Amino acid sequence: MDSLAVDLARFQFAFTVSFHIIFPAFSIGLASYLAVLEGMWLWTGKDVYIRLFKFWLKIFAVAFGMGVVSGIVLTYQFGTNWSVFSDKTGPVLGPVIGYEVLTAFFLEAGFLGIMLFGLNRVGKHLHFMATLIVAFGTALSAFWILSVNSWMQTPVGFSMNEAGQFIPEDWWEIIFNPSFPYRLVHMLLAAYLTTAFVIGAVGAYHLLKDYANRGAQIMFSMALWLILFVTPIQMFAGDLHGLNTLEHQPAKIAAMEGHFENQAPAPLILFGWPDMEKGETLYKIEVPYLSSIILTHTLDGEVPGLKSFPREDWPNATIVFISFRVMVGIGFLMLLVALWSVYERYRDNLYDAKGLQRAVLIMGPSGFVAVLAGWITTEVGRQPFTVYGLLRTADSVSPVDAPAVATSLAVFIIVYFAVFGVGVFYILRAMGQSPDVGEGPEEGIPTRTAGITPVQALQNQSGGENDGS
Amino acid sequence: MVLDYPLIWGFLIAVAIFIYVVLDGFDLGIGILYPTTKDDEERTLMMNTVAPVWDGNETWLILGGGGLFAVFPLAYSVIMPALYMPIIMMLIGLIFRGVAFEYRFKASAERRYIWDFSFFAGSVLAALSQGIALGALIEGITVEDRAYAGGWFDWLSPFSIATGLALISGYALLGSTWLIMKLEGKPQQHFRRVARPCALILLGFIVLVSVWMPFIDPDAMKLYFTAPFIYYTVPVPVLVAALAFVIWQGINNPISHARAFVSTLLLFLVTYIGLGISIYPDVVPHRFSIWEAAAPDSSLKFLLVGAVVLIPLILAYTAYSYWVFRGKVRSGEGYH
Ligand code: HDD
Ligand code: HEM
Ligand code: HEM
Repeated sequence: MDSLAVDLARFQFAFTVSFHIIFPAFSIGLASYLAVLEGMWLWTGKDVYIRLFKFWLKIFAVAFGMGVVSGIVLTYQFGTNWSVFSDKTGPVLGPVIGYEVLTAFFLEAGFLGIMLFGLNRVGKHLHFMATLIVAFGTALSAFWILSVNSWMQTPVGFSMNEAGQFIPEDWWEIIFNPSFPYRLVHMLLAAYLTTAFVIGAVGAYHLLKDYANRGAQIMFSMALWLILFVTPIQMFAGDLHGLNTLEHQPAKIAAMEGHFENQAPAPLILFGWPDMEKGETLYKIEVPYLSSIILTHTLDGEVPGLKSFPREDWPNATIVFISFRVMVGIGFLMLLVALWSVYERYRDNLYDAKGLQRAVLIMGPSGFVAVLAGWITTEVGRQPFTVYGLLRTADSVSPVDAPAVATSLAVFIIVYFAVFGVGVFYILRAMGQSPDVGEGPEEGIPTRTAGITPVQALQNQSGGENDGS
Repeated sequence: MVLDYPLIWGFLIAVAIFIYVVLDGFDLGIGILYPTTKDDEERTLMMNTVAPVWDGNETWLILGGGGLFAVFPLAYSVIMPALYMPIIMMLIGLIFRGVAFEYRFKASAERRYIWDFSFFAGSVLAALSQGIALGALIEGITVEDRAYAGGWFDWLSPFSIATGLALISGYALLGSTWLIMKLEGKPQQHFRRVARPCALILLGFIVLVSVWMPFIDPDAMKLYFTAPFIYYTVPVPVLVAALAFVIWQGINNPISHARAFVSTLLLFLVTYIGLGISIYPDVVPHRFSIWEAAAPDSSLKFLLVGAVVLIPLILAYTAYSYWVFRGKVRSGEGYH
């Protein structure tokens, strides 16, 4: 295959999967948050929780829809653009994806209808069950797909046949491959953090307008509790993840750290510009010993440099180096927000802390940026292989002509920006509505069609309750 | 016990694809029929008959694709590049119609027509591409070693266009008979009228494609006219004719609601089985049999264990979801 076709296919995959991951990162967290809100409503009977539930449900519906349609594209892209990869890894990865479809996708899809439309049909308790099942399904889907991705990073438990296919030998080893536990924990926490920042930002937005907005207060406070506890765990998990990568993909670590030479003791390069041509990192600011301390937990442990690997096996160090710093940088900013919230809580000033609220509002999208940066680190760092060390990206691609891929890529770019752009607009608009207007039917929607969209269906049901209040 | 795993899986994948075709068939059909009414209320009703279930319906497509990847990786890796353009077109179509389910109700009244159009055009595009993909597969694709070796426009032919149009009319019939079942009063009357031309056009296409098949595929000629296959192929046209008669009655008889839909499902089943017989035992027609394309038994067994337990469970809770939303969908009432 000519290299243009390979590059186009890579770019198309990166583009479509990057769009896709934005939605799961949000829907995994939001599904759980919805389950908590509904649970609180059933537990306390307070109206404010069901109002918040409805508020976020309509946002969830839009985000989930976009996640579904962008995900279907991905399953088919393995075949359309990476057919050799599919032929070779199908026996190992196919069944794992098959389990994702059978256990997770059907579960989510089967109960989503009830979660969105069924409150009045099945009653509160069954409806709560449906919400829990959907939340569980999103996490289960992450479990399987991350197992697949992790196997591509750290392949084990297989043999090869004459046709060059990977043949499964031990399914337990394949599914629980060495990098999988770390990646699963790190990604799920990332999804929760991402969602918490979005919820916190929406709360902050409404508190800045009216600090007495009860719904906004609850959102803001809940989000910050989650951020406080999860951020440090996430940093710890990330550290362990890095140690695991050092063991299994040392070249990736060298690229992340910007080290070209083996060093003992090794300094930590805070900033700089890894230059692949020159084979050194330019303009660097270093902290002596720190890289050895972080990666080997000793003062003078040896840290690998890219030059100890064949040149044709190097990942693009410039990209990996920068994206890794973006992720870690955001992690530290998140920690700062977490500590600041403790201070404001201590002063009993959380709902009127304009500075904190502005900071959280600005940090609203930060989780998405960190998630994308993290994935770019992981995936670009795996290059030039699709199955690490065994199957090269250049040997994975479909025999499809470059013009065909160029056409589809152009179409995807136009359609994704247009369609998902509008979706994001609808979501933002829904977020801008105050979560406290629960009384009476919502303005602007003809009551005639009430019960037709998810929200309206719910509105109808609790409309009765609200009337009394 | 020695089981023929590739054969079992060939059957299961065929079943998954069939379930997809009929389930997503009626909700794609509803999109295809959107322009037959201008009334906003009626369009809302149409969409609401499938809003709670469309996502589940589409999951069968993911099972079809993912299943092929898992159990017939060779077939998956040859078919997908060969059908590159139709598959991408289908995906784009599915995006446009999938988001319409939510966007339509979020857009302001003046903008709603955009998502009505997106629902319609996306459904047509998806149906057309699926039909084209099927036609191109039947005609056969160029393979060398283990890879597709044709160009990126090989799929385009008069025959594949015909199968594309045929599938559009088939989905439209499924959609209109579904709406006859789920609606009442004036909208139901409307779809009784719409269903008639759909049924006639579909029958026309079935005849056309059946007559055409032996010319593009000499194997099919053999199949049609030699023993023992003739015993299977002869009953097919008879059944089709009988079902067409029942469908026609179901559409026209004001007291029957579900009959037209159920018999259309049977019509799909019969033609699908007919098609299956003529393709068997290949997964990539004329190229790879199910045994040649199958993944090793260790893969097939592993996934089969799950499938045996999970597919009945999935069918059960899918049925539950349809049960929750059973009955007529009424204007203004929505889901209570
Ligand atoms: C960390 C989690 C995660 C990751 C890495 C991916 N996905 Fe995903 N995916 C989900 C988590 C998820 C989800 C949370 O389960 C979604 C989001 C919204 C939804 O419907 O389910 C989903 C939806 C979703 C769907 C639609 C399912 C449905 O109809 O309900 C498909 C077919 C895929 N994904 C396929 C993929 C593929 C092939 C990926 C590999 C690149 C991928 N996803 C990465
Ligand atoms: C969902 C979040 C993900 C993001 C944002 C992401 C990002 C990327 C990026 C940026 C590339 C391009 C790398 C390059 O060409 O230099 C890529 C390639 C690729 N990724 Fe991922 N990835 C994600 C998840 C996955 C998962 C879960 C899988 C496996 C199931 C996967 C499989 C692949 C494959 C097959 C390629 C193409 C071959 C290649 O270029 O390596 N990715 N991804
Ligand atoms: C500051 C502490 C953090 C450290 C030390 C850290 C460490 C890492 C490492 C080493 C990787 C690459 C794993 C590999 O493929 O080898 C990674 C990937 C990733 N990171 Fe982080 N991370 C941190 C913070 C965050 C935050 C705050 C988020 C998002 C909210 C995040 C999201 C991700 C994601 C989505 C991936 C890709 C998936 C994966 O491989 O797990 N990380 N992280």
